[in-house]
Amino acid sequence: MTTEEILEGLTAILQEVAGTDPAEVELDKSFVNDLDVDSLLMVEVVVAAEERFGVSISEDDLKDGSTVGDLVQSIQGVLAAV
Amino acid sequence: MSSEHAPRRRVVITGCGVISPIGLNAAAFWESLLAGRSGIRRIENFEVSDLPTQIAAQVKDFDPEQYMPRKVWRRIDPFAQYALAAAVEAVEGAKIEFDEELAPRVGVQIGSGYGPSTIQSQVTLGLHEKGARSIGPFTSAASAIDNAAGEIAIRFGAKGPSGAISTACASGTSAIGEAMRWIQWGVCDVVLAGGADDSVTRSDIASACSARALSRRNDDPEHACRPFDNERDGFIMASGAGVLVLEEAERAMRRGAPILAELVGYGASTDAYHPTAPHPEGAGAQQAMRAALADARIDASEVDYVNAHGTSTKLNDRIETLAIRQVFGDHALRVPISSTKSMTGHMIGAAGAVEAIAALHAIRDGVVPPTINCFDPEDTEVNYVPHTAQEHKVDVAMSNSFGFAGHNAVAILRAWKP
Repeated sequence: MTTEEILEGLTAILQEVAGTDPAEVELDKSFVNDLDVDSLLMVEVVVAAEERFGVSISEDDLKDGSTVGDLVQSIQGVLAAV
Repeated sequence: MSSEHAPRRRVVITGCGVISPIGLNAAAFWESLLAGRSGIRRIENFEVSDLPTQIAAQVKDFDPEQYMPRKVWRRIDPFAQYALAAAVEAVEGAKIEFDEELAPRVGVQIGSGYGPSTIQSQVTLGLHEKGARSIGPFTSAASAIDNAAGEIAIRFGAKGPSGAISTACASGTSAIGEAMRWIQWGVCDVVLAGGADDSVTRSDIASACSARALSRRNDDPEHACRPFDNERDGFIMASGAGVLVLEEAERAMRRGAPILAELVGYGASTDAYHPTAPHPEGAGAQQAMRAALADARIDASEVDYVNAHGTSTKLNDRIETLAIRQVFGDHALRVPISSTKSMTGHMIGAAGAVEAIAALHAIRDGVVPPTINCFDPEDTEVNYVPHTAQEHKVDVAMSNSFGFAGHNAVAILRAWKP
């Protein structure tokens, strides 16, 4: 799955879960600092991403200050390992 | 501290907000009350075929997005959405700003009887069907009865005391009364006070049916709630919220606030008799009414309107009438007594708050709302304001709330005179 496809999926999830404007979602944006998605909202984002992409994401992969790009990489990593 | 030595701080109402089955703001709600409009319909959002009662008064066409960001409304129960929306209307009406100096003096007290019913049902079903991973990260906060108060405090930066009093069907009145004390005692200068409930889920309806409390007039929803009518057969579960801005009077005058009425008395008591049935002589109800009158330093003969608890159950309406007769004596035959639940249904924790708002409109307009469906009155000597609104000059209004577990709370409002 390409970065663009995953980013498109995450953008839809962020809009649904956090009301994030799709135009704001870029790879270098930090969830907490740029998108106002705190650690609790992140739990919802991760669960929704797991369902959408059929993967299991370790919460240890996502530290404070994680970016959208970090989550995309994490999903790609799991998909590649399958 | 006796009253001779320390004149107590007066408390006024400077804003109000309503989300109800008959109007999504205070003005629309009041217009529906005066028009005698019923909000009771067949339940359509969940399966009712196996329930003895299949009707309710639910909030319709409510769009939370109008009042709060998506990420807020997604994480909270409808009861808290309604409370927050009512608070937004109340604060806008009061034209009040919570700056840094005021914030620590602003309290929030939002009563509720059952709280986040929908979320609690979803958690149980979610755990059963999908397991622990399906439970969202905000569930722990949002599934608690204080959640509405917490969200309102966050929204407005209110940093005084906050919480949720829960006294079943009396919760809204209890919240207003306890909030009045915060201001009288000098703990707060402003309190956002009221009540909210959305107890119209399968579990709420099933359990209230088992308590033999609900009307089963499923084929005629608009005539199902008939307080003080001899053909009544139970109450109607309803959703909604009411929030008042309570403010210390001198502060309100200094800032030129719109003062809607003064909150002058509060009385609370407990039947200590039965989990659902009222005391047979309404001893607790009488005690609460007398306590509220004493607190207001008002004689019963000065009361110009009683917004009754008037649920439409056999027991409440008979015993409430007896209790009012005991407390008011001959004045019970003159004072208009109406139940707005005939139109709104029973909004449980929201009821007392919304009914206090009805009372303050009666004071403002000199009109008392009717008891609809009261065709064959329980007591033929009492003016239950049947069918249509009546013009009465109202200086003093009493609002009664009597709950399961024998919780009784009574508030008294008076036209504002500086």
